[in-house]
Amino acid sequence: MTWVGTPVPRTQDRRMLLGRGKFTGDLARIGTLHAAFVRSPFAAATLGAIDASPALALPGVAAVFTAADLGDPALLAVLERPGFVPTPLPLLAVGQVRHAGEAVAVVLADDPYTAEDAIELVDVDWSPGPVVAGLDAATAPGAAQVHQQAPGNCLVDLTLFDDDRLEGIFAAAPAVVTATVRSGRLAALPMEGRACLAEWDERDQQVVMHVSTQVPHQVRSAVAQAFGVAEQRVRVIAPDVGGGFGLKCVAGREEVALAGIAMRLRRPVRWVEDRQENLTASFHGHEQRYQVRAAFGPDGRILGLAADIDCDVGAYSAFPFTCAVEPLMAATELPGIYKVPAYRARGRAIATHKAPTAPYRGVSRPQLVLVMERLMEKAARRLGLDPLTVRRQNMISPGEFPYTGCNGITYDEGSYAESLDLAEKRVTESGWPGERDRLRATGLLAGIGYSCFSERTAYGTPTMSQRRMRMTPGYDTAAVRMDPSGEVIVTTGTCGHGQGHETTFAQIVADRLGVHPSQVRLRQGDTDLASYGWGTWGSRSIVIGGGAARRAADGVAAQLRQVAAHLLEASPADIELGGGRAGVRGDAGAAVPLSELARIVHFQAHRLPEGLRYGLEARETFDPPGTFSNACHAVLVAIDPGTGGIRLRRYLVVEDCGVVINPVIVDGQVRGGVTQGVAAALLEQVRYDADGQPGSATLMDYLVPTAAEICPIEIVHLETPSAFSETGAKGMGEGGTIGAPAAVLSAVNDALRDSCPDAEIDHIPVRPWDIHAALRDGRTA
Amino acid sequence: MKDTHLIRVRVNGREHELAVESRRTLADMLRHDLGYTGTHLGCEHGICGACTVLVDGAPARACLMFGVQADGRDVATVEGLADGEDLSDLQQAFSDRHGLQCGFCTPGFLMLAEGYLAERRAQDGGEPSEQQIRDVVAANLCRCTGYQGIVEAVLETARRRHAREAP
Repeated sequence: MTWVGTPVPRTQDRRMLLGRGKFTGDLARIGTLHAAFVRSPFAAATLGAIDASPALALPGVAAVFTAADLGDPALLAVLERPGFVPTPLPLLAVGQVRHAGEAVAVVLADDPYTAEDAIELVDVDWSPGPVVAGLDAATAPGAAQVHQQAPGNCLVDLTLFDDDRLEGIFAAAPAVVTATVRSGRLAALPMEGRACLAEWDERDQQVVMHVSTQVPHQVRSAVAQAFGVAEQRVRVIAPDVGGGFGLKCVAGREEVALAGIAMRLRRPVRWVEDRQENLTASFHGHEQRYQVRAAFGPDGRILGLAADIDCDVGAYSAFPFTCAVEPLMAATELPGIYKVPAYRARGRAIATHKAPTAPYRGVSRPQLVLVMERLMEKAARRLGLDPLTVRRQNMISPGEFPYTGCNGITYDEGSYAESLDLAEKRVTESGWPGERDRLRATGLLAGIGYSCFSERTAYGTPTMSQRRMRMTPGYDTAAVRMDPSGEVIVTTGTCGHGQGHETTFAQIVADRLGVHPSQVRLRQGDTDLASYGWGTWGSRSIVIGGGAARRAADGVAAQLRQVAAHLLEASPADIELGGGRAGVRGDAGAAVPLSELARIVHFQAHRLPEGLRYGLEARETFDPPGTFSNACHAVLVAIDPGTGGIRLRRYLVVEDCGVVINPVIVDGQVRGGVTQGVAAALLEQVRYDADGQPGSATLMDYLVPTAAEICPIEIVHLETPSAFSETGAKGMGEGGTIGAPAAVLSAVNDALRDSCPDAEIDHIPVRPWDIHAALRDGRTA
Repeated sequence: MKDTHLIRVRVNGREHELAVESRRTLADMLRHDLGYTGTHLGCEHGICGACTVLVDGAPARACLMFGVQADGRDVATVEGLADGEDLSDLQQAFSDRHGLQCGFCTPGFLMLAEGYLAERRAQDGGEPSEQQIRDVVAANLCRCTGYQGIVEAVLETARRRHAREAP
């Protein structure tokens, strides 16, 4: 029996259920000053004088900082390649503001109420300027420039792939399908907003920050770079973090600014983001437009694909990923699970006067899956084929793995065909088609949709280095140490924030050492405890962090075997670890508890030869190329043609993330991911008007799904272990979000088509009025 | 000068007397004046429900009430649910059904569910359906779970409590 694969209960549940979680906003220090940011009411403006004196006159206000007071600190995220325009991200605006909500000053006061009063009193001389608030406006001739160094507002323009044969292929193809597919701007919306408590430690001569972050080391690097201090002068701790979804995998301007202020004031300073700031002034994602052309043979086989991909990245490049993260991923990975023989892709990042973007869950994969699935369905329609047949015709098939695509990506073994077969079988056997017919008979529109996709996970340095980021992520390091009582401490540079890493890492390590998972404690989220690491995002932690932990645990296991072999007068190769003991294979009587080994190593080193003395500890790094999870989603939707309201009736996920470490946790990730994907498909959108004014600054306007909008999600597991990971596991944090929009849109179009054969929708989110418009347009066409 | 009031409030059965500014929310008072940091703030405008507590037994958004409005009233927070170190049946069901991931919204859902279950019991509403529970759970937002574990946990607790009390 192994702990890996078992539904070990999550250790963090208990403290959360008791109300004893410790989030950044829960931490208190005597003498704390509370920060509130003065934010721009304009999307574009030139900054004149800032007069803080009325604010400073308010009792309880301790200080006001502008950019100049802090030395104009900024973060610079860089891609070292032509076609990328670097733009600094000022912590507080210098001279110009580039989006509504951009901070220009920060007030520090004895309590947060007073700080908020005081920001109203800071007098700022604004000169509003012309605004570009969308792709069309930003790329129009003569458009206002968001950055002086970026003519045409183009921050990234890269043609990553091209193929001379394409025009010939299009000219000769029996069917050429074109589409413009759009996805709306989204907010990651973790339930805990961003937060930071920064304090100066006089003894350690260090600024200590508690930050609600996914990436403590990158926040540390950001502070070091923004203020020109050595990294060891900064300690970043992530306490309990209330969700991130990518929003917190970049350095926040506010938290970095607070570090600088704490260094100046030598007092604890705290900032807790409110929801309006979170929706308007943090980071967004996913606002993309794909103009695609695909050639198909008469049998539905794809012959060529050309794509122009434009991402509305907002005003700045987030640190350290840069604003290229969306267009680069989109252009590189668009073909997905389909065998595209000839490919051209141009990806652009377009600057607008909107809040900047960060890698929100799935990054560009929800959209690129949406695009490929739309193309498969359109081709099927054009050629009179079954859409699932067209998918099967094109997907990488069993026997073709590892498959290297036209995009240079090598796809490790997956179950693309099997997952679709199984989903279709399950849908049929569970009576979905009959249910669809019954719904239609009641006057509703009803449809079934599928999406087939893989999810590239655990991007290590070999993959990330192709992006040519100045700060290239990928590897992670873990240390495993057995203490004198025989219990185990694991440190990692990954930084779980709800995924249950305390439990899953313990399962992985427990198996290698032959102990119970409750004897393994994970220490994460502390830059002074762990080796430099890249945090938790991109479905990387179990594969990379867990892989490093497994390697380090194997190092300690080898040490334990040697010590046991010495004491038991056996060969290390004959020592087996299990049940908290080290025993000699084949000799039930010869065994010693691990706690006894640990005691001897630490307290009676003289009993051991030199090489076995002084601790049970190992540190290992893992840096894989990446591995692909895959899944097939199916969904049944019902649409009220009168109201345009769309309801989920059934949802099925057949997923394959390789070796499942903890099935309960995997299911939870899938269900939460699907919910966010459904939200992107039907509900959520960050809106701006043409003047760059936010139209979704509250949760009354930004529609996060509740339990009433989501139906039960059935999950079936397939298990194709990865050869590219230590544990055989593949990352799976984003798949739910990646597959859902395409499946939902397929179902919506299936429903529309039954009522109106020419009705079709190629964008998300689909709102009730989009249903009405599609039916109206379909009928006139 | 700040407009402060001296109030007396009972939290989880314990009396507190304190001076509180008139505009201070109940949530901030609980969290920062009295140390009940299990009550979380997710939106501060009454939508997400992370700050849900019971005031005289009924669920209330602690971000939409002023602390002074709790004068003389009985407030229950997540810290009062467990029996010492033993999780309540509802808390245990949340863990068993994977009804939480990051845990930030969890206290609000627990208090919402406790309020609902108590009301149901008072009205002898019988065993609730999955749809009824789903509608109640829809009062609050969770960004991690997709709600399935939360709905199952509340439903299971409702059924168990109903079975226990059934004649």
